[in-house]
Amino acid sequence: MNYIPVSKQDKQRMLEIVGVKTEEELISKQIPEKVRASKINLSDGVSELKVLELFKQYGSKNKSSAACFRGAGIYDHFVPAAVDEITGRSDFWTAYTPYQAEASQGTLQAIFEYQSMICELTGLDTSNASMYDGATAAAEAALLAVRTSKKNKIAVAQTLNPQYLEVIETYLKKQNVKIIKIESDEKTGAVNISDLQNKTDVDTACVMIQSPNFFGVIEDMQALSDIAKSKNALFAAVVNPVSLGLLKTPGEYGADIAVGEGQPLGNKMHFGGSTFGFMAVKKSLEWKMPGRVVGKTTDKNGRTGFVLTLQSREQHIRREKATSNICTNSALNALAACVYTAVLGKSGLKELAETNISKARYAFNKIKNIEGFTPLFENGIFFNEFVFKTTKNIKKIEKELLKNNIIGPLSLAFCGKKYKDCLMFAVTEKRTKNEIDALTGIIANVK
Amino acid sequence: MNIPSNLFYAKTHEWARKEGSKVYVGITDHAQHEITDIVHVELPEVGKKFKKTQPCAVVESVKSAFDIYSPVSGTVVEVNDAVLSSPELINQSPYEKGFFFAIELENENDLKDLLSAEDYKKSI
Amino acid sequence: MNKILNEINSDRETQIFDCDVENDIALDEKYKRKNNPNIPDLAEGTVVRHYTALSRKNYALSTTFYPLGSCTMKYNPIINEKIASCAKFAEVHPLQPENTVQGNLEIMFELEKALCEISGMNNFTLQPAAGAHGEHTGLLIISEYFKSKKEKRTKIIVPDSAHGTNPASANLSGFEVISLKSEPDGTLSPDKLKEILTPEIACIMMTNPNTLGVFEKHIPEIAEIMHANGSLLYYDGANLNAVMGIARPGDMGFDVMHINLHKTFSTPHGGGGPGSGPVGVKSFLKDFLPVPTVVNENGLFKLNYKNKKTSVGQMKAFYGNFPVLLKAFVYIKSVGGNGLKEASVQANINANYVLNLLKDKVTVPAGNVCTHEFVLSSKGRLGEGVRTLDVAKRLLDYGYYAPTIYFPLIVEEAMMIEPTETESKQTLDEFVKVLSGIIDESKNNPEAVKNAPSKTPVSRLNEVEAARNPKLRW
Repeated sequence: MNYIPVSKQDKQRMLEIVGVKTEEELISKQIPEKVRASKINLSDGVSELKVLELFKQYGSKNKSSAACFRGAGIYDHFVPAAVDEITGRSDFWTAYTPYQAEASQGTLQAIFEYQSMICELTGLDTSNASMYDGATAAAEAALLAVRTSKKNKIAVAQTLNPQYLEVIETYLKKQNVKIIKIESDEKTGAVNISDLQNKTDVDTACVMIQSPNFFGVIEDMQALSDIAKSKNALFAAVVNPVSLGLLKTPGEYGADIAVGEGQPLGNKMHFGGSTFGFMAVKKSLEWKMPGRVVGKTTDKNGRTGFVLTLQSREQHIRREKATSNICTNSALNALAACVYTAVLGKSGLKELAETNISKARYAFNKIKNIEGFTPLFENGIFFNEFVFKTTKNIKKIEKELLKNNIIGPLSLAFCGKKYKDCLMFAVTEKRTKNEIDALTGIIANVK
Repeated sequence: MNIPSNLFYAKTHEWARKEGSKVYVGITDHAQHEITDIVHVELPEVGKKFKKTQPCAVVESVKSAFDIYSPVSGTVVEVNDAVLSSPELINQSPYEKGFFFAIELENENDLKDLLSAEDYKKSI
Repeated sequence: MNKILNEINSDRETQIFDCDVENDIALDEKYKRKNNPNIPDLAEGTVVRHYTALSRKNYALSTTFYPLGSCTMKYNPIINEKIASCAKFAEVHPLQPENTVQGNLEIMFELEKALCEISGMNNFTLQPAAGAHGEHTGLLIISEYFKSKKEKRTKIIVPDSAHGTNPASANLSGFEVISLKSEPDGTLSPDKLKEILTPEIACIMMTNPNTLGVFEKHIPEIAEIMHANGSLLYYDGANLNAVMGIARPGDMGFDVMHINLHKTFSTPHGGGGPGSGPVGVKSFLKDFLPVPTVVNENGLFKLNYKNKKTSVGQMKAFYGNFPVLLKAFVYIKSVGGNGLKEASVQANINANYVLNLLKDKVTVPAGNVCTHEFVLSSKGRLGEGVRTLDVAKRLLDYGYYAPTIYFPLIVEEAMMIEPTETESKQTLDEFVKVLSGIIDESKNNPEAVKNAPSKTPVSRLNEVEAARNPKLRW
């Protein structure tokens, strides 16, 4: 199988026009013999039917579409069929980056609407067109804070998703920035406010807090934001967009930057990517924000239209002085989020958040009554994810659940000794009462 | 091309106008014309010190961005907030309403190193 | 014009979800948002009609030819999409137990091997999400390598013909950029390279063939010079579609490279992402690759975090843009090693064919033989006051996407054309006819060209107004 629509005859005619006899002759005019390769040592191409069979085999080695109680950054939410229908339109998925605005109004208007929705959800003024994922968006937020404040210290809650922290460390490695970690309270699982007070000062570029945090706990963002303000530091919120149907917005508690993983909005899990990250900022940071942005304007005849704008911030113009090296967004994933948010509307978003919290609380209350399970944080307030300490064998729990087509809670052993007996449960609107009952029934019976 | 004879000029297309111990700074008519429609400016903060030829501001059109270099050494004492909200002032009135900032001059000799209107005209 | 979504009146009363447990939403007011977001409640049909109408305002590869230089807009096979969107791959959580994701891990393992074979590198990370992300990763690897050798190398060489991302990535990776002036055909001169070489140079970043579509003939010598200086060579894989099965970056002497799967390996651009930019290295750099990588231990595929200490760290959450990796792997399996070579050869033939049909109409700064793409200059070849931009916009009126224009920066009034191998002779003939016609039209009827496009959903947009008074949301 190849996708070349040129017959042997046509090929010969084309070579004649080029003025060579054979393709070999053409290649040898350009590429010196010394660096030529003989062939690619891979198997020959096969028919589409064979390819399908082959990938059926790969697919059969995955367990998919199970009842998934795992989160930690990627969540198993329901995606309405209309989302796939729109993102599956080839006018969207085979289009190029919308540099030629007149030929890209569909993509551009959709991104404009996406930006507007992110602003509405976060309560902030300006959103970019999206970034690679939540972790890189958090790293870009840290870079943005350092760049604008010209300070070289950032404070990050220890309860930030550990992968985000890893990526932030990678991104800041060569920027001479000190990363201070803020501890959390043992009882509530929320940021320890006095530790934040003590470890920040006027030389702190930004305070970055995730809410709900990695362990699912909702933070008192207003109090934390106020402390950041008192130190003249920017406040960067890492948020779950689904929670914002119900929870206080970054705009309301005075955040300067909000970032997060966009996957929960209309994107399937896809083994952790492709997803998208979102970033919204206050108006004053608009020109400092990294990433592509779409703006509304008019054409020569006065009709409304959309263009990529504020481009002089970007790498193709500013080169080494650009606000970031990023030169793409995750357009198709952001489009999925846009269509998803449009299908839900403001009422659906609220319903979604309420269904998540209700189901999570239902599961939490049932697990609490199982012998050998105690909540890690007695006074924690959570959204759709929570942690239990257990005296039972974690491996055995995982195995028993898998037998019943349930991807069980995540062992937190990788977070350190303190968490070796801990399991983190994510419960989205997609988990039915039956599934939750099955889960609790099985883990109750594990000896 | 408008090149007022009472100003000093840098090869990098900034102008300087002395008023007492202060020097007002902007970009020339020729520069604004070449840059075309200016859409955004970044200005230094008051109190910031610059050496001459040090980059101190940025001016941007839709598809380009340029550094602005301080024509003299000194401390910034005034910035033109009007061009932040209306960058088109730089296109419309490069020598008056579209100035960038004023700097407290450290050394009078800095001005001598700049070009006269006539020499600047020859250089472009 | 289509309404903007918030201008459509709410027309839905029904709920979206059923909650089969009791509603339990009590929460302290201090945690709750005050007002609902301003997003209308619309019936599904209203939403589908809105976005379907928007989709029809796009030019796309499925409907038109994209002669877009340096972007390799080749046909995106449908089977890639079908397989990637299949629940077996799409509905898998990244933190599932390893024994439940053996299919995915095997695909990643095999893809890495295939990319090594194609490029002549020894190891790959599949984590980077885009070309620029790959550059960032590759340069951090180089930086860590010299750190481990306790060598202080702070500068990298970037030719003046390079993409803007190269210097931006260099800056993000803590390097200072030294610009190297290229020869008129865009190639680099070993002598000029020697002149600027110092012990502080960590590497040179090159695209080969370069951005003018010319193969760097002196690459063996350049590699020798760089390595003798203790420096490395970075290959920007933007133009890999020219050389598959013909020449390998690893054999040319490059130590680090990235590949754009969304160019060379047929995965779609999606209107601007997601992409994928795997980074390949020679063996001596493998300990610096981001974690995790995929290994095979006794027939079981595993995620390997062993190199966490020496690694540059994690570049994004999890393992890479998996669906994009999967699509690229489907493509490799479909066309096979033989098909990849055929693709590159035909890409070269198509580009040279178009170049030869156009060469009398325009100026060709780099000569009459190119690889998979070429740059032409329309300077002095158009009618009074007509510029390359106008020609590009006029092409939209004829139903073609525009070529890349004003790049590379070293050619005045540049127009960069990359036909790719998936266009037929007939398509190319018609395109040449239209482009030649526009060049004639620019002399006979310059206003028609200057006022183009007139047949698109909107005419030229006021970009100055858009930037001066940004309206970035409803």
